[in-house]
Amino acid sequence: MDIHALQQIVHQTRDARRKQTIPKFSAADCDQLIHTYHPDYRASAYRPIRFGPNANDKTVIELAALLEGDSPIADNADLTPHYTTDVLVIGGGGAGCAAALHAHATGAKVILATKLRLGDSNSVMAQGGMQVSVAPEDSPVTHFLDTLKGGHMQNDHELLKVMVEEGPSIAKWLIELGVLFDRQADGNLHVKKGGGSSKPRLLTCSDYTGLEIMRVLKDEVLNKKIQLLEFCAAVELLSDDNGHCTGAIFKDLDNHRQVVVAAKSVILATGGIGRLHIQGFPTSNHYGATGDGLCLSYRMGAKLDHIDTFQYHPSGAVYPEQLIGALVTEGIRSEGGHLVNAKGERFVNELDTRDVVSSSIIRECEEGRGIRTMSGRVGVWLDTPLLDAEHGPGTVEKHFPAMMMQFERFGIDISKDPVLIYPTLHYQNGGVKIDTNSETNVKNLFVAGEASGGLHGRNRLMGNSLLDLMVFGRRSGLTAASRAGSMQQGTLTVKHLQRFRAEAKKHGNSSGVISPMILPAYTRKE
Amino acid sequence: MAQEDANVIDQPEVLRHRMVTIEISGKKYEVPEGVTVIKALWYTGQEVVRGAGCLGGFCGACATYYRTKDDPKVRTCLACQMAVEDGMSFTIMPPFPARKALYDIQTLKDPKQDLFNLYPEAPLCRNCNACTEACPQKIDVREGVWKAVFGDFKSVSEMFMDCVMCGMCTPVCIADIAPNLVALYVSRAQGAHFTERPQGLETRIKEIQDGRFNEEWNKVLAMNEKELADHCATVK
Repeated sequence: MDIHALQQIVHQTRDARRKQTIPKFSAADCDQLIHTYHPDYRASAYRPIRFGPNANDKTVIELAALLEGDSPIADNADLTPHYTTDVLVIGGGGAGCAAALHAHATGAKVILATKLRLGDSNSVMAQGGMQVSVAPEDSPVTHFLDTLKGGHMQNDHELLKVMVEEGPSIAKWLIELGVLFDRQADGNLHVKKGGGSSKPRLLTCSDYTGLEIMRVLKDEVLNKKIQLLEFCAAVELLSDDNGHCTGAIFKDLDNHRQVVVAAKSVILATGGIGRLHIQGFPTSNHYGATGDGLCLSYRMGAKLDHIDTFQYHPSGAVYPEQLIGALVTEGIRSEGGHLVNAKGERFVNELDTRDVVSSSIIRECEEGRGIRTMSGRVGVWLDTPLLDAEHGPGTVEKHFPAMMMQFERFGIDISKDPVLIYPTLHYQNGGVKIDTNSETNVKNLFVAGEASGGLHGRNRLMGNSLLDLMVFGRRSGLTAASRAGSMQQGTLTVKHLQRFRAEAKKHGNSSGVISPMILPAYTRKE
Repeated sequence: MAQEDANVIDQPEVLRHRMVTIEISGKKYEVPEGVTVIKALWYTGQEVVRGAGCLGGFCGACATYYRTKDDPKVRTCLACQMAVEDGMSFTIMPPFPARKALYDIQTLKDPKQDLFNLYPEAPLCRNCNACTEACPQKIDVREGVWKAVFGDFKSVSEMFMDCVMCGMCTPVCIADIAPNLVALYVSRAQGAHFTERPQGLETRIKEIQDGRFNEEWNKVLAMNEKELADHCATVK
């Protein structure tokens, strides 16, 4: 049927739906819904990891294969360094930039290496905002409790307390660098309410929050003349005789040469795993989101946390085909957008946590109340025109310019027509276990941002990722830099790799794949 | 499942699937109609390293020149956000060596005047409008450059909130201005120097420093799992 004919039910039911209040599910109902429909509970998608620091823990098969994968580096590789530095930051997104800037500010020598360009990351796409408890009726403690509840009480309390308490000072740092957060008429920061949050707490720059922050941080990295190694993909870490981290080996993607960097400490800010397309899901993630940091730290002996849980963002585009997996920001639901099934009914409180909303969408679709596309996808409607009806014409265009433009390019006006959505693989809830200085159990190996784990428990709240990047980027950068003065550069070996290979052999060898993946294999072979 | 069958969206590209001929950097290839420019590259067997980033239209890595069949006009797009059509010809833009001025945004004394020291070419705009036409984000770039020169930093910062820093405005400028870099400087100066400091934020930072929440923290952190879960449930 023509898409406009199918959309009619959304237009026809809008006024009736506006009068409706959908209560949130009880805790027990949430649990049951998630256990039945959330992809994290699909047992057939999981298997135990055979060896390494998380031996016998379960994770998705796509990630298990990479963690058990072999390194491209030989035991006897030439490790003569091409560069020497105090702090080596791997990754050029939000956490990497924040780490590099803070380490540099203390006077340490910093190199920032990234496999794409500086700033090509998920951070740049963050639309929803950054949670900081600035409103008078809000507090860091409330932020803590909301996040804990959203994470199913599994969050690391110490990490979480650090994040919520440092939020306001991070906002101040960004404002002083020139980040233009939306303001109220009285000059105070405007705050929006996000899913799973009891108070309005999202700082935004329209729907370009991540882009605005990243434009400024990238510019600042360049202004500070921090040494960059772009198009250099980390393929192995280096360790000394004590197993402490002492640098990394890169593959220069332009000329395929090996680049060795000796460093007193290493900060991995390599982001998430969306491009592994776990369970066949499309993803909202950037081109390089292949979990490289997880593989590298795992071989070094770093323990992973919550590595069995992923976030499927409720609203990934399903139509048009060109936008599949792309995010339709949660901001639309924050401002009152309804989720509507093929019968024109709402089926969930749209501001429940992401795992609950996603599970409910999957339920609607599995029970036959979804809308199908001819290319075999299924989804439900997100009633975007409702925002104009509710808050006045022009609201969608004014508050969501990025969204408007993205769909307009394919001839769709989201202020007039609803959007078809289905959950998309969005975020790795867990990652490498860190302490409050962002350090792993491997000395001098730090992990910051999405690659780290523990902070978000089993489900991250909207707006907590941008804050995580900034807070733990800063902490890792400051701690790593503060050590540099009082320590010598350690020796460069790959002894950790020899140990890892011996263990693999004991357990029937590696998975047969070479990891890290670096980039997804989208190129069609003949 | 008659009812379910009724809920299927017609898709012309599936109903009438066809291959189209396109030109990538001057070479002809057959690709399925309607795929994005970046997917056309993958489809034709090319490895993409440079020229792809966020794949969501935000990072500006995939800035591309293209032309449609029989049209002399060369246009710009982001390769991840543009569907191919028959007869289309495109080339991904290589990195353009634009000059970025270096500055310490926080210690600027007179940011509106400093613009002319950092980017002395900014006032030399000759109004050709090529930058505006080159912008895949539909920003009125030329107008923005003029507003920057006349010191209307606030308007520039609003106009360029959509800027993905793809740099398409730069190679076309006959006055060698890099408008996106000028706008970035102006926006940062607007934020750092001409925007009121939010009082509520300062208050909150002070409250945290002064330990206003310590008592509540102590209470919360002393709770056992069950008490904490119950307490979380009361937060509305």
